[in-house]
Amino acid sequence: MKSRALRRVALAAAVASTSALVLAGCSGGGGAAAGSSDEEVTLTVATFNDFGYTDELLNAYTAEHPNVKIVHNRAAKSNDARANYFQKLGKSGLADIEAIEVDWLPEVMKYSDLLAPVPDDLKSRWLDWKVKAATDPSGNLVGYGTDIGPEAICYRSDLFEAAGLPSEPADVAAALQGDWSKYFEMGDKYVAATGKPFFDSASSVYQGMINQVEAAYENPDSGEITATTNPEVKKIYTETLDASKTQSAHFEQWSTDWYAGMANGAFATLSCPGWMLTQIEGNAPEVSGWKIADVFPNGGGNWGGSYLTVPANGPHVAEAQALADWLTSPEQQVKFFQQAGTFPSQVDALKSTDLLDAKNAYFNDAPIGEIFTNRANAVTVTPFKGQYYFQVNDAMSKALLRVDQNTQDAQTSWDQWVSQVEAIG
Amino acid sequence: MTTTLQPPAAPAASAPDGPPARTPRRVGFGSKLSAWDLKLSPYLYISPFFILFLVTGLFPILYTGVISFMDWDQIRGSGTFVGFDQYAYVLSQPAFWDALRNTFSIFVLSTVPQLLFAVFIAAMLDQNIRAKTLWRMGVLVPYVMAPVAVALIFSNMFGDQYGIVNTLLGRIGLPGVGWHSDTFASHIAIATMVNFRWTGYNTLILLAAMQAVPREYYEAATVDGAGKVRQFFSITLPSLKPTLIFVIITSTIGGLQIFDEPRMFDQGGTGGSNNQWLTISLYLYKLGWGEWNFGRAAALAWILFLIILVIGALNLFISRSLVRDEGTRDGLTRAQRRAAARATKQRVAAESTGKGARS
Repeated sequence: MKSRALRRVALAAAVASTSALVLAGCSGGGGAAAGSSDEEVTLTVATFNDFGYTDELLNAYTAEHPNVKIVHNRAAKSNDARANYFQKLGKSGLADIEAIEVDWLPEVMKYSDLLAPVPDDLKSRWLDWKVKAATDPSGNLVGYGTDIGPEAICYRSDLFEAAGLPSEPADVAAALQGDWSKYFEMGDKYVAATGKPFFDSASSVYQGMINQVEAAYENPDSGEITATTNPEVKKIYTETLDASKTQSAHFEQWSTDWYAGMANGAFATLSCPGWMLTQIEGNAPEVSGWKIADVFPNGGGNWGGSYLTVPANGPHVAEAQALADWLTSPEQQVKFFQQAGTFPSQVDALKSTDLLDAKNAYFNDAPIGEIFTNRANAVTVTPFKGQYYFQVNDAMSKALLRVDQNTQDAQTSWDQWVSQVEAIG
Repeated sequence: MTTTLQPPAAPAASAPDGPPARTPRRVGFGSKLSAWDLKLSPYLYISPFFILFLVTGLFPILYTGVISFMDWDQIRGSGTFVGFDQYAYVLSQPAFWDALRNTFSIFVLSTVPQLLFAVFIAAMLDQNIRAKTLWRMGVLVPYVMAPVAVALIFSNMFGDQYGIVNTLLGRIGLPGVGWHSDTFASHIAIATMVNFRWTGYNTLILLAAMQAVPREYYEAATVDGAGKVRQFFSITLPSLKPTLIFVIITSTIGGLQIFDEPRMFDQGGTGGSNNQWLTISLYLYKLGWGEWNFGRAAALAWILFLIILVIGALNLFISRSLVRDEGTRDGLTRAQRRAAARATKQRVAAESTGKGARS
């Protein structure tokens, strides 16, 4: 008897709690209506690496908009952010503002209808090619451009000096003026004098070279993969690996060894887009010899850069757009550049005296504003990156690594890459 | 055992000779309810597990099955039917076979030493040592650590140029090992992480089994003059067989699904430049979340499922014969035992028919 009575009570309790849950669920779903500008909203911003979005800088927005609270989620690596982005795009769970990187922008563009378009009046804010890359066939711009990655050469002046090479930035820049053969010549001299590697990895040199090719992997008109038959790709592959034999430190980019190498003097030069500066400073805080030369072999090159996107199904699209507008405004971008070295993609920001006067204490007071503006102006080629770019390039960096690590010879590794690329699609 | 089995004596009270005179009863709703209660409650009590399994287990499995026959766009949630194309694609990729090789290699490298160590440590903990609980909890500490943390620490240790392992090797004049370029070396590094994490866990399970072995056996063996080693091999190990089988099966399932450690072994997490440590789960992740091709990933998931089924069946077969062996202390061969069982069965049958004729 006792147990039966208990059972009834339990049943009643179960029914009551279930209906309570249902009711709670209903009321929770009702509050999603887009609010007016006075309503309290919490906006989430998801970025990766370092966009320079410090609490202090974000507080400036909250000061102007007291009803807005900003939560900034930062992923350590862009790959993590990429997995998260595509897993949730079109569903729910993305932040109100999501950062994306140019390398996976082509994949994002396939789903441009799931993103809220940038208002037309903002389009003139950015460099032409930055806008063009994020505009879909129906003319909607879906990404708020943040930074671009014009490349310079970072080098260890102390190691250069020890090797009897010019060590002042102006002299290094003068010596490297020209195409990549100048760079490799200097590398030969360095290796001959010190017996130590000149650059970090075959991949990073390859990256610099391939970003100077207009249509490396895919045909811009048909979208067909042309990587394996493009003679330029093969030429860059061969040149890189020839030099890499003696000059490379054989690191895998982004590995713990690679980061340690920045501090250990394991290599003397590194391709340096603006965003690389914080990476070097963060991983080699005690090294004082890193300097930046205002030069890049074969003209200019762009490595990376990002956009902010606003998922169209978010709860606060209008507020998120307003924040994205603010975050990518020329004035703010200059501040983020000073903070994290992310070089602005806004026309007005590039003329700003704040930018031009920016210096970096770690790199021996290098006038980074001036250097990277020069580097950005030197970029003449905007490489086409289609929807398979990420996969092809990923397979390529592995192919280079195989040779760099002595697992395979150059030809075997190339053949393996070709068969991998043929399996894509 | 079967030879001593007697047909159960019929309880006198519950088997009366004739149908009992039913006492008239008022069948009310209350008693009907309690009859249902008796019949249905057990099912209701176990239903949460099965409902949860249907939702979180069976449905995804079937859904994956459907997707594996499609060219699936995960983001838009739509796809076109392509038959067995995705399976054909996966099976034709060299990466799949690399992954299969790596998975088994890492599995063997991690399971075998792990169990050897676990048995050894358990045997040591089974001795009369001071602060038993402290030591026993101690071996479980690595298991409590988050796998990602373990993997991060270990992949730093196994750095190719600045890793602590290679530095130590250099100190004693040995060349450094290419932990991230050599296939076998990478397997050893990953297996080390797995062993670090799981040895203690298995040790405690084996220790529990050892404690269940009757102490009289050891006393008798000591009286008979058997040493510790002889006792271990003649008493402890045979008694451990069923537990060992359990541990082997759980390690197999875990080993075939290994993901965290190889994923965290380098920065990209894609299994090495030449698929040196690409495992099946990692390849599955790469297809799904690297290339956004969920049709192929689903096909691979089903292939992995089938592989685990096959290995599971193999395990079951082996474990059955092992367990049967465990009961053979009578010194009979299998054929003799079968003959004895047949004879018993016939005798029992004869007895019961005789009894049937009597009543």
